[in-house]
Amino acid sequence: MNTATLRHRGASPVRGSYGFRTVARMEWRKLRTVRSTWYIVAVFAAGMIGLAMLVLKNENYAQLSAAGRASFDPAYDAFLGLVLGQLLLGVLGVLAITTEFSSGMIRATFAAAPRRPLVLAAKAAVLGAVTLAAGEISAFAAFLAGQAMLKAPAPHATLGQPGVLRAVLMAGAYPALIALISLGIGAIIRHTAGAICALVGVLFVLPLLFVPLSPSIQDTAQKFLPHVMAALSLTAVKPVAHMLSPGLTFGLLCAYAMVALAAGAWALARRDA
Amino acid sequence: MIEARGLVKHYRSTLAVDNLSFDVRPGTVTGFLGPNGAGKSTSMRMIMGLDRPDAGQVRIDGKSYGHLRWPLREVGALLEAKAFHPGRTARAHLAALAASNAIGRRRVEEVLAITGIEKAADRRAGKFSLGMSQRLGIAAALLGDPRVLLLDEPVNGLDPEGIRWIRNLLKNLAAQGRTVLVSSHLISEIAHTADALIVIGQGRLLAQTTVAQLSARASSLEEAFFQLTEGVTDYSGSL
Repeated sequence: MNTATLRHRGASPVRGSYGFRTVARMEWRKLRTVRSTWYIVAVFAAGMIGLAMLVLKNENYAQLSAAGRASFDPAYDAFLGLVLGQLLLGVLGVLAITTEFSSGMIRATFAAAPRRPLVLAAKAAVLGAVTLAAGEISAFAAFLAGQAMLKAPAPHATLGQPGVLRAVLMAGAYPALIALISLGIGAIIRHTAGAICALVGVLFVLPLLFVPLSPSIQDTAQKFLPHVMAALSLTAVKPVAHMLSPGLTFGLLCAYAMVALAAGAWALARRDA
Repeated sequence: MIEARGLVKHYRSTLAVDNLSFDVRPGTVTGFLGPNGAGKSTSMRMIMGLDRPDAGQVRIDGKSYGHLRWPLREVGALLEAKAFHPGRTARAHLAALAASNAIGRRRVEEVLAITGIEKAADRRAGKFSLGMSQRLGIAAALLGDPRVLLLDEPVNGLDPEGIRWIRNLLKNLAAQGRTVLVSSHLISEIAHTADALIVIGQGRLLAQTTVAQLSARASSLEEAFFQLTEGVTDYSGSL
């Protein structure tokens, strides 16, 4: 037994207390030391950029009708990868907490930092920073690579054109917001499979439920459905009539994330670990 | 010093812990003993603030767990063998926990050495044997050099050398004036390490005693334990 390395008590305890900064440092270490984080981010970036290049390379502008040319939006077309990308970063958000429940790590985490809403806030900050960075880098890369693939006579989008920079920035921020919503869902549901099902339900199944309803109801519902909000408002340079403005839509998605995280924090604090 | 007062915990309709009070004093190893399902793990989770008691409270050196300023520097716990992400290395797991309580990286290396897993520190912890996992759990418990240690069935999965190692470790920790609570369902195991005993059954306190007092009650320590826990086991077989 190596007793020599067990310290002697007596030194006065360190001042202060654990808090957001120390817990965020733990969460950053946790997120970056599992391989799945980087696999997911790599597939996300490849998907965003690859799809943008593929879509814009195959864009046959010369053959489009007049109406097709009028609605052609070369910036928006660079972000079709978000269909897949939102799910990938959403899964990252779910895994950031559900793997702790499945492994038992959550009890080590709460033993180290008993204030559970603080733990979720630190997780959200770290996950938000990583996914926002991944989202923005991928969005700019997808935009630039996509425009490079687009052939004349199709009009190209540039970051200087009105609304284009906003579309790119919001295309990068959107999957990060989905990751935060997913973290909240994961904190409530706790099981990986269940939380991913809920995420798929919100992103892909919910919009289908409105299909049989009247067009006016669909138009209203679309203002509030995450993926439609991203496609028809956040990343659309040419405004779509029935959608809310990009700024308002972005604010609404931030509110969704806040609600999901608040509900997750409440569920963590209330239930036994 | 751990003071539990009037702890009650239900899981749905099951009463897991029933008005349980006990003290765990510093400077000695206290065995937390009872048959399977007696409520040992539940009680330990309540001490740690992981499960909320329906009634009663626990104080650790006068404070509830949720009010500790640096929890890992005050309480170290091994509650389950594999409480880590299987894809993370042992070193990364410990470094992450250390960061939460502003514990330096040097201490991570120290606890890896104390528990004898430094050679495996960069392997993914999911590949660890049960014994290695227990050592990693103990390394995590020692990270903050805490005054209070809680270990739930720490000898599980350890080989004889590992069992001897942990007995000595626990005795040394107690000799340094720390509070050490170790659960087991085997009286023979606990008698090697502990002096004080808390015996529970069906969530109730059966005895707060010492190994010496308990063994004086019957022809053998085991016999005394069986007499004490008679009628509180969840199931029994017959020949």
